[in-house]
Amino acid sequence: MLNPQNTLDTYYLEARRDLLEVAAMLDRYDEAVKRDGSKAENESKKDSLLKAMEILAQPDHPDANRAEQLLDHFAKIS
Amino acid sequence: MQIIQPHYHAIARTAQDYERMAMSGVVAVCEPAFWAGFDRRHPETFIDYFAQISEFEPTRAAEFGIRHYCWVAVNPKEAENKELTDEVLQQMPEFLEKPTCLGVGETGLHKSTPNEIESLEAHVDLAMKHDQLVLIHTPHLSDKAHGTKTVLEVLAGMEVNPDKIWIDHVEEQTIGSVLNAGYWAGMTLYPVTKCSPRRAVDILEKYPRERLLVNSSADWGPSDPFTLQESIVEFRRRGHSLQEAVEIYHNNPCRFLGQNPKWDIKPITIYEE
Repeated sequence: MLNPQNTLDTYYLEARRDLLEVAAMLDRYDEAVKRDGSKAENESKKDSLLKAMEILAQPDHPDANRAEQLLDHFAKIS
Repeated sequence: MQIIQPHYHAIARTAQDYERMAMSGVVAVCEPAFWAGFDRRHPETFIDYFAQISEFEPTRAAEFGIRHYCWVAVNPKEAENKELTDEVLQQMPEFLEKPTCLGVGETGLHKSTPNEIESLEAHVDLAMKHDQLVLIHTPHLSDKAHGTKTVLEVLAGMEVNPDKIWIDHVEEQTIGSVLNAGYWAGMTLYPVTKCSPRRAVDILEKYPRERLLVNSSADWGPSDPFTLQESIVEFRRRGHSLQEAVEIYHNNPCRFLGQNPKWDIKPITIYEE
């Protein structure tokens, strides 16, 4: 199994890429709002993503279960 | 759809990549000289490399009906070796005369050291003296913003024609400054480390497209020549027309590269009913 430093070194760039994709998706949404002059009728998916990032940004996850928490969170969105 | 791969390191790729690219509509690839993954010690090694990409590689591509062009330079990583760089620069004009050589590249910056900057200036100077196009590499990851700013500062201090200069590997934090300075800007689509196909389409939707080029990633590291086709699919999926796609993925490379008369592939128009 990987030690803590190896874990960060191995997966940092892929995680960076994935965060950039999320950032770009949210920018894409904002640009669409600007073009159309109105927000989506239902913004719950956007709100859900922002809430998911709040969960990730919490400093302590003693059970190391972020993925499980996000799956439970996303399950609330239809 | 006819596609041009403007930045493609064919010597690191297989014949199967050529075959699949041909099947997907790629009609031409352009191969800049780059870092081999280790620092070469001898100028003669570069000369053999330049011969490979200007003489042999076009024959390999032709097996699949693909036109192959090249660029020659000492890449920024090896430009740290001043003696080697100077010796290679002296021999580069011979290769600029080759029938498929389009210009000087990829020069540029990696860590933006004084030796790299000196090499960039020498490469650009050589290109301008020989009326050549220039392809400039910008650094990766955390060095990108600073390195791109430094490239622009170096160019601002020289007598250059921005029409003939393509600054490559731009991302969201660097594209504005490159376009505002009047240069061509290239996006390079990597699976992990640079721009992605979707982010490239975001940029295409946000900025004027007249001076934008899109490259796949194709080298000896984790890369994928078909990120270019991925971005075309994404572009079309968002409702852009086939002609708009052709303008970006075929005609823009023709317009930039066609400034060199050796490039004889012309922009095309699709007639849709």
